[in-house]
Amino acid sequence: MKSFPEKVSRVTYHVSRFTFYVFFILLVFASAKTALAQQPTPSDDDVNAIAKQLYCPVCENTPLDVCPTQACAQWRDLIRQMLAEGKSADEIKQYFVENYGARVLSEPPRTGFNWLVYVLPPIAFLAGAYILYRAFRSWRALAKQAASTGTESPTPDENEYVARLEEELRKRK
Amino acid sequence: MIADFGYGVIVATFLLALFCVGAGVYGAQTKSYRWADSARRAMLLTFPMVTIASLALIYLLTTGQYEYQYVYTVTSNSMPLYLKITAWWGGQAGSLLFWSWLMSAFASAVALRKWDRDREFLPWVIVVSAVTLAFFLSLNIFFENPFARWWQTASGEMAAMFRPSGAIPLNPSDGQGLNPLLRHPGMIIHPPMLYLGFVSFVIPFAFAIAALITGRTDDRWIRITRRWTLVAWLFLSLGLVLGARWAYDVLGWGGYWGWDPVEISAFMPWLTGTAFLHSVMSQEKRGMLKQWNMLLIILTYDLVIFGTFLTRSGVLSSVHAFAQSAIGPMFFAFIGATLIISVSLLIYRWSDLRAEVEMKSMLSREALSLLNNLLFMGVLVVCFWGVIFPLISELATNQKVTVGPPFYERATSPLFGALMLLMGIAPLSAWGHSSIKTLGRALWKPAIAAVVVMIAIFVAGIHNAVALLGFGLVALVIFVTLYEFWRGAQARHRTTGEGFFTALGRLAARNRRRYGGYIIHISMVLMAIGILGIEVFQTETQGTISEGQALSLAGYTIKFDSVAQFDVPGGHNVTRAVLSIYRGDQYLGALHPRRDYFYESGQPMTIPGVRSTLADDLYVILADWQPISAIGATFKVYHNPLVNWLWIGSIIFILGMLVAVWPDKVTSDG
Repeated sequence: MKSFPEKVSRVTYHVSRFTFYVFFILLVFASAKTALAQQPTPSDDDVNAIAKQLYCPVCENTPLDVCPTQACAQWRDLIRQMLAEGKSADEIKQYFVENYGARVLSEPPRTGFNWLVYVLPPIAFLAGAYILYRAFRSWRALAKQAASTGTESPTPDENEYVARLEEELRKRK
Repeated sequence: MIADFGYGVIVATFLLALFCVGAGVYGAQTKSYRWADSARRAMLLTFPMVTIASLALIYLLTTGQYEYQYVYTVTSNSMPLYLKITAWWGGQAGSLLFWSWLMSAFASAVALRKWDRDREFLPWVIVVSAVTLAFFLSLNIFFENPFARWWQTASGEMAAMFRPSGAIPLNPSDGQGLNPLLRHPGMIIHPPMLYLGFVSFVIPFAFAIAALITGRTDDRWIRITRRWTLVAWLFLSLGLVLGARWAYDVLGWGGYWGWDPVEISAFMPWLTGTAFLHSVMSQEKRGMLKQWNMLLIILTYDLVIFGTFLTRSGVLSSVHAFAQSAIGPMFFAFIGATLIISVSLLIYRWSDLRAEVEMKSMLSREALSLLNNLLFMGVLVVCFWGVIFPLISELATNQKVTVGPPFYERATSPLFGALMLLMGIAPLSAWGHSSIKTLGRALWKPAIAAVVVMIAIFVAGIHNAVALLGFGLVALVIFVTLYEFWRGAQARHRTTGEGFFTALGRLAARNRRRYGGYIIHISMVLMAIGILGIEVFQTETQGTISEGQALSLAGYTIKFDSVAQFDVPGGHNVTRAVLSIYRGDQYLGALHPRRDYFYESGQPMTIPGVRSTLADDLYVILADWQPISAIGATFKVYHNPLVNWLWIGSIIFILGMLVAVWPDKVTSDG
């Protein structure tokens, strides 16, 4: 009984070693394959797809894919180079953030203090909606009171529409 | 000499505006007609005075007196005369003077009104206008002097009005010239349009404050300023559209709106102004939402000041830029002070502004107009917060962040969608009372038609959910609005026996504000078609090709024929490519994307080649071309479906506006 867990652990050890090797070989293959796939230089569209998500680190509010300055052309070349090296879009963006700060991202990163930018507008909107809802309810209660005391509003129909339109037009005169 | 004179006139006008404030307050408080009239005359005098100061500046600009800093920064010898004149508003100092000029013109127009009916209002209106005028003139006097001159001192060059000790006057022979990007017809009329809109909103605000101070809180102030508000809104809207068109034609990023802080700062007063236009109708028709209307016009005024400040200072780029500019704290102090005073007055009169009737139904027109206001305020909060968050973040965490288009698009698009839905429902609901039954009866036909359109679009192969929903809403608004025209004309046709089209014409003529408003609704959703087209369906590609080769995008083939580089008169160099556009084998025409290089400012300008149809725009930019290399040229191609509807919508918008503001034959007010 005692050795049983040990046996199991030995089996899992072998299995995990095996999977490790398999994985390792697959990984080598995969990386070789991506390296082969990346051999031709990445196209302008590949570069722009990433540059579009980044902001020029020196100009104000200019996306990197459309920024005409020489510096930005060099940064786009850097993206091309990194793509050719097989870096992913996230890795490239991460590289830019580490070197030039979070301002190169088109939105504040969702961490710490920056959550405020995402959270405050919906809260303000919901608060406004709630205030409006409460106001409507209290108005309706008042209207119901008025209705129960006998001031019944007539059901509007097409004739009433015509009458109202005429009245509004008269008022404008 | 002329500059000293101009500066002196500004100082004198500033003092006159201060006198105007004092005399107006004293006259209104003591009910002294003489003092109030004196304030009025002083206000009338400010207009010719600011005009003279402006003419002095224009004289310096057109005669190339580059020893003056402002002239040096915005003009140069090579600029044509009309650009030298319009350089009046080409830089910060001049545009502040332009602001003051418009303010004095509008305030004078108000001062020329007959005083007998609104004797208690008008002194206060003049006081509020004069305070605003004095503030803007003080900026010219103390911080942004358009008449400051260049001096050479021991520590370097500097600009000052009066000779610093030991300084020698500098006399440059040429100026830097206006930024070439701004030398575009759209950019020449865009700022005055925007400013016309900004400044006209001061007038309804001034009347609102007058109403609060005098306690005359009925809807008189709204009736007097109705046309002012509409005109302000027209110019602000035109300013925004022209700015968008300029960005599309000149900036060369394939779009018209980049959610830049400067754009947003002009958009924010538009949001509150639009909400105000809708919600004042509840006050006129039902005597409701008075407090809210006051708050909206106060907000609009302060957002106008905030917008003027942001568009011309660039302080939002960092906290340091803000701290260094002397003008920033002044603006914030003024905005803070006017906001506090206005809101205090509002609170003081709060109970007088209570609604005359209660809201009866959640589907009545006034209830839906409140919902409309909630949505506009939602967009405003997103915009305001997005614009100031980078500053707050830098202050709190010392980290710079960018709040860019993805943030605004995600946050505002559901709100804009809901606004479109309201635009489809609200015109059918009645003032005072509407139930699901009455609303449903009016709505079902247009709603079914809109669903049919959605199905047709789906069958045609567009399966994008946002696009389907958006186009469905566009169809709903158009059908509902046309149905409203038809229903009204039909009703008149039946009751009065007029022919259908006579009835339609008379109907629109008798309630121009309503039917003009409906035309504007249609124009808005036509613009929405363009916005949806570019937001959802824009595609792009970029490639470096040599002559004879081609790029393809969205079924188009763009063949590179040739490129040439040459100098043109006016001091710039042009690189111009010739492209042939094909769809399949069919030749559609040639495009000529250009890059202009301005020698004096060392700045390039990208002018796209655009093939524009109702269905789509093909927008080609010459991104790069090196004369010595044989690699070829780099082109960036955008396919912008439906974007033309944005501009078509703008033209219909102007038509609707003209219908709404065209003066009545016999005016009861305004």
